[in-house]
Amino acid sequence: MTDLKRTGLYDLHVELGAKMVPFAGYEMPVQYPLGVLKEHLHTRAAAGLFDVSHMGQVLVPLDQIDALEALVPVSVAGLKPGRQRYAFFTNDAGGILDDLMITHLGDTLMLVVNAACKDADIAHLQAHLSGVQPLPDRSLLALQGPQAEEALASLLPGVAKLEFMGVDRFQWDGADLVISRSGYTGEDGYEISVPTVRVDELARALLAHPAVEAIGLGARDSLRLESGLCLYGHDIDTTTSPVEAGLSWAIQKIRRKGGAREGGFPGAARILAELENGPARLRRGLKPEGRAPMREGVEIFAGPEGGAPIGTVTSGGFGPSIEGPMAMAYLPADLPVGATVYGEVRGKRLPATIVPMPFNPHSYKR
Amino acid sequence: MKFTEEHEWLRVEGDLVVVGITEHASEQLGDVVFVELPETETKVATGDEVCVIESVKAASDILAPVDGEIVEVNEALSDNPGLVNEDPLGGAWFFKMKVEDMEQLDAFMDEDAYKEFIG
Repeated sequence: MTDLKRTGLYDLHVELGAKMVPFAGYEMPVQYPLGVLKEHLHTRAAAGLFDVSHMGQVLVPLDQIDALEALVPVSVAGLKPGRQRYAFFTNDAGGILDDLMITHLGDTLMLVVNAACKDADIAHLQAHLSGVQPLPDRSLLALQGPQAEEALASLLPGVAKLEFMGVDRFQWDGADLVISRSGYTGEDGYEISVPTVRVDELARALLAHPAVEAIGLGARDSLRLESGLCLYGHDIDTTTSPVEAGLSWAIQKIRRKGGAREGGFPGAARILAELENGPARLRRGLKPEGRAPMREGVEIFAGPEGGAPIGTVTSGGFGPSIEGPMAMAYLPADLPVGATVYGEVRGKRLPATIVPMPFNPHSYKR
Repeated sequence: MKFTEEHEWLRVEGDLVVVGITEHASEQLGDVVFVELPETETKVATGDEVCVIESVKAASDILAPVDGEIVEVNEALSDNPGLVNEDPLGGAWFFKMKVEDMEQLDAFMDEDAYKEFIG
């Protein structure tokens, strides 16, 4: 694992007894001694601290806001200072190159992109925008769960007044932080950008709070899946459009047909047409009967026997909070919620019901 | 008790062999969330896939350690798969086999050899 990168928290992970695995070119903690199940439940019950420093952080000058808007089907020009918005880079075929967060800090824009895509994203940004500034010396922590506010406010009282998708700069003992009220677990919580030289110290200060436990990538995955959130490279990629992925909610009216800034992003023809007419397939939630998980790659069929597959599971596993299996799959859009389909697991077709997502309700602080 | 290289334990109970997985295996698997048990009165040969264990991470198989017939399965695991993590050497046995040739067990490791095997 010599060519793998390490985050600024590597020593802390090892000290805490984490099991380290390769992930997106980094050595990352997949779980701590608590284990995936208890880490998941702890995050939903109290507060979990996640190292997400492998993700890319990038500054984009404010005068590039229109150029950035031309890369995403999202209203970036309409983003207010102190607010954050979910977005995705699209390609000319209307597929998704990556999903990201765009933050308006008042004097600059700041993006957070996926680790596996960050080099390509930065090249993409630099090809279309000027003054793009990657921030390789900053780390990112996520503090998630119902006690996240209490734990973070014990260090920085000002964070309590942030609302969901709100963002501000903070000073912590001389370190410049950018904190947003957001996350990837469906829980209330924060993402905290911190200079890497101070990340170990900040993580230890947060872990000193009795409500906070370190949480690995394993529970991060089950938490986001229960919350119906997409994982890039699995549930969304260059072959899936945002409309098929059920992400139309992130495409504001102003960028749609008839809007003041209609289209003008890569793949607009397909994406606008799908918004008008509906897509042929849709990312759907599946609730398998029984306890057997339907994992990524499981083929979905319309009936208990015969026929060709109608879709494939893109993410699937066991939801500790819902105490049962759950999966996402792209299925023909005319199949309604409540319909029964069949996943082929180890040669056996097991029934599953199409259900609305999230599997576990969100509890954002709006 | 005997141990296999597939991290199963075998305990002789009269003319039956009780099969489970070791503590080491249960730790490596992580939290178990689903167990698929075999049918009873099934004849199996060494190496046949007999059970499936799904943990929060992945699915893995339990192989028949010897030739024989499955005569009893631990239904408690269907309702409470977490037993595999809580009590792997006791309450979380998977199945009992009728084995004609008990000498098949002689080839397996004893506890000391298994401890050395897992390092």
